[in-house]
Amino acid sequence: MSLSLRKFAAAALAAAISFGAAAEQTLKVGTEPTFPPFEYIDDQDKSNVIGFDIDIINAIAKAEGFKVEIVKMPFDGLIPALLTSQLDAAIAGMTITEEREKKVDFTAPYYDSGLSAVILKENAEKFKKLADLKNSRICGQIGNTGIDFAKKLSGNVAAFNTNPEAFLELRAKGCDAVITDKPVNEFFLRSQKEGLYAEIPEFAEVAQFGIAVKKGNDEVLKALNEGFDKLRKSGEYDKIYSKWFHSGN
Amino acid sequence: MALNKRRGRRPPENNNNKMSFDISLVLSSLPLLGMGALVTIEITAVAVSMGVMIGLFVGIAELSRYGWLRVPAKVYVDFIRGTPLLVQIFIIYFALPVVIGARIDPFVAAVTACSINSGAYVAEIFRSGIQSIDRGQSEAGRSLGMTWSQTMVNIVIPQAFRRIIPQLGNEFIAMLKDSSLVSVIGFEELTRKGQLIIASTYGSLEIWTTVAIIYLIMTLSISRFVAYLEKKFNGKGKKVQ
Repeated sequence: MSLSLRKFAAAALAAAISFGAAAEQTLKVGTEPTFPPFEYIDDQDKSNVIGFDIDIINAIAKAEGFKVEIVKMPFDGLIPALLTSQLDAAIAGMTITEEREKKVDFTAPYYDSGLSAVILKENAEKFKKLADLKNSRICGQIGNTGIDFAKKLSGNVAAFNTNPEAFLELRAKGCDAVITDKPVNEFFLRSQKEGLYAEIPEFAEVAQFGIAVKKGNDEVLKALNEGFDKLRKSGEYDKIYSKWFHSGN
Repeated sequence: MALNKRRGRRPPENNNNKMSFDISLVLSSLPLLGMGALVTIEITAVAVSMGVMIGLFVGIAELSRYGWLRVPAKVYVDFIRGTPLLVQIFIIYFALPVVIGARIDPFVAAVTACSINSGAYVAEIFRSGIQSIDRGQSEAGRSLGMTWSQTMVNIVIPQAFRRIIPQLGNEFIAMLKDSSLVSVIGFEELTRKGQLIIASTYGSLEIWTTVAIIYLIMTLSISRFVAYLEKKFNGKGKKVQ
């Protein structure tokens, strides 16, 4: 009796182990969901994060056979979370910079971006080029490369936790411009029906987005890079790209 | 759109995953954090001073026999104590401008939110302090021919004030810590300065530890000072008796 019970327990344990091994690996991927069109909360289903980045990471996961769990957190918390292994990867429209590369590893760039400035339409005459923003108050998002650029331009820079807050500040005339990634600014302009805003017609800085992983986490980095290559070859990348940026780049 | 090949620059492999504490980062951040700490003290001092003024009036109003004074005072205290300070800050900074159609300066918003918040807590401190004074004291005042307000100002409030010094000290410490919440409107006090430094250096361990120690130094100094005040005032009280 006790022998058969032991056998049963052993069999159950073996089954559990093999089941565990068969189950797909889940990657914890951090993002900051107030950055449309790269990642933002779905209007219809508020519990869901959608966007270009989300489609990319899900497609990579599908190609490489792992699962993705999206973790929402503040942008300035993403790299610290990678450093402490609370996340396996971060995809958040994150520009590959030298400063960040000292702390994390990036995949090959998956998107070419750049910075631009949104201003109030009524000031369009005053701010015709980015250099006109010198000595103006500029808003942006904490941790975003737009803040570093703004600091080079003006001594009066305010960093908010999210981009929507920076746009609110612009609307309230608390600052003269919001500098952030150009696609994000343009998505914002398209979403605003009142026509209060305008974009300074000048590209600030060319930038490339990469997926960040903890330094030395070569296993995940390799899987992400391989998966991304597959997307490029299969045409899946172009499909996702045109889904989110149909107006062209 | 062209996806360029990853630029060749690759930093030397750094497999140093062990916990390391970069003391030079702490030292280089101290001036900025110190500036932040001064701002924190500034908002806290203004907020608690305003809070004491608001609280004194509201606390007395709460004890008034007139409903038109008592009811609004009670509603104010209940509303402020029943909602998070964080939400109050968001309302004042992001929602109120939509209603009044004008922008509110971050410092004004931060100080207003903290003062209104502190006022409600101080009101309760004053109310309980006044109620703790023996009825005989005000009866004695009234029987000497003083009016109700004369009795309050000359007899009850001075005694109540001495009793509530420890609670006011607590309120000051609580507000000093809670003022970190105004970081959400981008107001650069101590916590926000820390966040901003981490956003560019990623030194979470070094900066948050330093920020915590600076807060601790400030709160411990205040509690020592309050303990000194308490001793001083109680000493005087005994001599008179």
